[in-house]
This record gives sequence, C-alpha cells and structure tokens, in this order.
Amino acid sequence: MKRENSEYYKEIAKRVRIDVIKALYHAGSGHPGGSLSAADIITALYFGEMNIDPKNPKMPGRDRFVLSKGHAVPAQYAALAERGYYPVEDMMTLRKLGSHFQGHGNMQKVPGIEMSTGSLGQGFSTAVGMALADKLDGNGARVYALLGDGELQEGIVWEAAMSASHYGLSALTAIVDWNGLQIDGRNEDVMTVAPIAEKFAAFGWQTIEIDGHDFDQIFSALDQAREETEKPTCIVAKTVKGKGVDFMEDQAGWHGKAPSEEQAKDAVRQLGGEW
Amino acid sequence: MADKIATRQAYGEFLQEEAAKNKDLVVLDADLAGSTKTSMFKKVEPDRFFDMGIAEQNMMGVAAGLAVSGKTVCASSFAMFAAGRAFEIIRNSIGYTHANVKICATHAGITVGPDGATHQTFEDLALMRTIPGMTVVNPCDATSTKLLLRQVLDFDGPCYVRLGRASVPVFYGENDKLELGKGHVLREGNDATVIATGIMVSAAAEAVDRLAEEGIHVRLIDMHTLKPLDEDIIVKAAQETGKIVTAEEHSVIGGLGSAVASVLAEKCPARMKMVGQHDEFGESGDPDELLEKYGMTADDIEKAVREIL
Repeated sequence: MKRENSEYYKEIAKRVRIDVIKALYHAGSGHPGGSLSAADIITALYFGEMNIDPKNPKMPGRDRFVLSKGHAVPAQYAALAERGYYPVEDMMTLRKLGSHFQGHGNMQKVPGIEMSTGSLGQGFSTAVGMALADKLDGNGARVYALLGDGELQEGIVWEAAMSASHYGLSALTAIVDWNGLQIDGRNEDVMTVAPIAEKFAAFGWQTIEIDGHDFDQIFSALDQAREETEKPTCIVAKTVKGKGVDFMEDQAGWHGKAPSEEQAKDAVRQLGGEW
Repeated sequence: MADKIATRQAYGEFLQEEAAKNKDLVVLDADLAGSTKTSMFKKVEPDRFFDMGIAEQNMMGVAAGLAVSGKTVCASSFAMFAAGRAFEIIRNSIGYTHANVKICATHAGITVGPDGATHQTFEDLALMRTIPGMTVVNPCDATSTKLLLRQVLDFDGPCYVRLGRASVPVFYGENDKLELGKGHVLREGNDATVIATGIMVSAAAEAVDRLAEEGIHVRLIDMHTLKPLDEDIIVKAAQETGKIVTAEEHSVIGGLGSAVASVLAEKCPARMKMVGQHDEFGESGDPDELLEKYGMTADDIEKAVREIL
C-alpha cells in the first residue's frame, strides 16, 4: 500500500473514470453520474484498503465489498479490471446480450463481485449478513458497503443499520456516496435524507464525514473505522455527481444516460485520456 | 384418531436435532421465535440464532449475506410477512443469487384462525413459485415435515417451506419414503384423482376413504413439493383416471390448482375441480370453522369429486 502517495490513486481513479465513460458509450445506456462520483472511493478500497487477491477471488477470509448502489457498477467493473481480475476490454461488452457484465452486477458472472445488487438497499442488508458470518467465523475480515444518498430513502437501509449496531458489527463499514442528486432531482426536493451522519449516529454507528474525492481523507476515515471495535462505521463522503467531466458534474440529468460519441470523446479528453 | 401435531412444532424439533450436527446452520427470526418454534434452536445454539427484530426485509437480506458466506440459513416468520412483505428481497437477493437460504414460514393459510385476514396468507405459494430456481415445499404433517426438511437442508439453494400453526393429524410413519420433487401416492384408484398439498392431505384422505366405502376408488396424491412439480405423476393420473380434483389451503390462483392445471392444459387436458380459497380474504374464527366456511374440508373435496365423476 502506498497510501501516502495520493497521486498513485488519482492516476488509477483517472483510468477507472475513462474505462467507465468508454464502457457506457459502447453500452449506449447506463449510469455515468453515480459511477464517477464513487470512482475515488471504489479505487481507494480496491487499491489501498482491502485484503483481496485477484488471482484467487474466492480467497477464504478475504475482505468484501458490496456495491449497494448497484447502478454504479461500471466503476466497480473498471476497478476490478484495473486491479487485474480480468482485462479491461472485457467490460466493453457492458449491458450487451450475453455479456457477463450486466447492467447491475451479477456475482455469478463476474469475479470479484461479491453480491448481485441493483435493487436499492438490499446490498447493504446482505453486507450485514456477511459481517455477521465473518464474526461467527472469527476470521477478522472486513466488509464494505457503498450506498447512494437517494438509496437511504429505502426503509430496509434503516432496518439493516439497526441490526448492524445491535450485533456490534464493527468490521462493517458503510460509505455513503453523498452527491446530493437522484433521478428526479436534488435529494431535498425529492425526499430529504439529510442529516445523514446524525441519522446513522442515532442508529448506533460511528460516523465520519469526509470529502469523497480526497484520498488522504478517505484513507484516514477507513483507518478510523478499523480502530473502532464496538460499532459499525458510516463514512459520509461528500462527492460530486459526474466528477471529472464538466458537462456531467452536478447534473441529475446524467444519472442514467450514456454519452454520445462526441460527448464520450470530450469526457475522455477532459479526464486526461486518449480515445 | 391419530396424534395431532403442528408442522411448525416438527420444524422446531428438527432444528433442535440438527443444531449439534450442522455447525454451519444459522437460524434467523423476526420476533416470532416462540411462535415459529425457532426458539427451540435458540435454546440449544444461542450463538447461531439471531433475532432480526420486526424487520422481515432485512432478515432476508442478512440471510442472503450469511448464505453467500457459506452458512446454511433457516429464516422464519409468519408466511404472510416472510413471503409477502419480503418478496422482492427474496427474489433479488436470495433467488437471483441462488443463495442457500431456507425460508421456513409458519402460520400459513386460513388455519392461523382468530388473528384474521391480515395474517392469513393464500398468496405465498404463488409468489414463491414464480421465482426461478426456488424450491417450494408444503408438508402435510409433522413426520413429513421432518423427512422433507432433511432433504431441503441437504441441497444447496433457496427453498420455501410452508408450515402451519394448527395441530394436524400425523399421517406418515417415520419409515415412509418421501422424495423431494416427487408426489406420493397415498391411495390407489382409477375413478378419479385428488391431488392435495399441506394440511389438506388429511382432509382429502378422509374424503377418499368415504368414497371408497361406496365403491368409488379415488387415487390420492400428496403433492408436498410444488416446485419442481412432479409432472409425470399428474399426467399419469390424468391418463389413468381422467378426472382431477386439487385441494390446497391457498388461493386457487397461482397455487397447486393452477400449477396442476398448467401441466394438464399442455400435456393431457382433463376435467378438473379446484378446492381452495377462491379469491377472497379470510376473517377471524377457529381454524375448523374457517375451513368449513371457506370450503376447504373433506366434505368439499368429496363434493368436488362427485361433481366431476
């Protein structure tokens, strides 16, 4: 791990974002906004935090990541590819008939995907089950769940939050990708989710608020989560939807829309890549 | 009269016996452990029992997470809330992932009794049958509950087991051979066939035995597994007896009757009658009173057979 070298992670996150744009362009549909907002967090987890082995994806006692906001799976596919689970070209079949790279991740089709998600709130609930299993096994493994802010409107999220603190699952870390936008608009216009940290604190969680695009802050929060031995930890990460592409940034309209060829080329150029 | 034991009681006894043998078994409940009888497992294995509180959706999600981590999970609540409230979590997190979760749902059907319509589900078998890869089991008595649960825990994959609140006659002996996915012929006959599931099997046997006294020989099949459905035994019954009556403590929409009708419509059309709940909600009452009012007794089965003879 080279956690002190944030330039290393920025470079990987750049590649992840470029992979996302290219895959979504080829797919012709999908979710760029939330994939780009989560790209730094996902990069930090796969490259600087989790105990995993791309050559042995089912390694016993490994740490596990559950993308509860399953629509951001292009960012997870890209991170897994960059981490060496499979070649990047494979994910360019995203959303095509017969592809392993489903519109929302399928654990039976893609190595490294630990849970099939897509229906919001459920991934978080299954992560609680994984953390419970690890606790029963005493294997010291950690479980990470990434949630969207709009996702917090699902009731199951709070059922899961209650159960994680009740059973003292300190190896569970939830990260909320707080980009403030959902399909129909801003959270506060659709259904207010704030204050997020206070809600999780009231449900018995350690809470940490960070800038979700700052690797130093991400790693510092993940370290703080490891130090907590009684409560699960919720990292509320302030992010920008569409981060890195100027015409996508902070635009709800880019929640679930693929870029045209022209837009994709522009986005890749802005991200510092080559078409 | 044979002993009467509720199938949920048999479930509790099975879990208790299984606890020592299967260290990967984890049991979840949603604040109904005393009623579903998972409390009997908790008593002997408190470390592998987790009460998830009154939160059935999360219970199913947690069950999926435990299962993909290598645990065999039994998750229990009343059938209404297990299959009904948590349906979409079961579909996406347990069905789609083919997780090794056994949803053992009790208090199914009208025999919940006095709790009334909100707690009497007639839709659970229909819901569970529609999920790809879901095995659906509906035992008729205490002995078959244990015999089938043994097989349910021995395969890797999701399963829905429908259990009841009320005490029902013990029908099978411990040495009877029951095979998951295979209907079981309880009475031979070629004049007609009654295919029954769950607690309606004993009522069906009563009806069939009465008809036999008049020289009407009706075949009786215990269809304890609704999915995968034993199509061969249904087609054979239609070919050999020509007339089929189904009996279930469930809506005729989407349950055993619908399942049998689908098979026959495609493979061997036959005259049919369906005994079950006919598109109505239930109400409070004693189980026997309710079965009578809503047309799910031995008399109703006998009448249905006579109507198509």
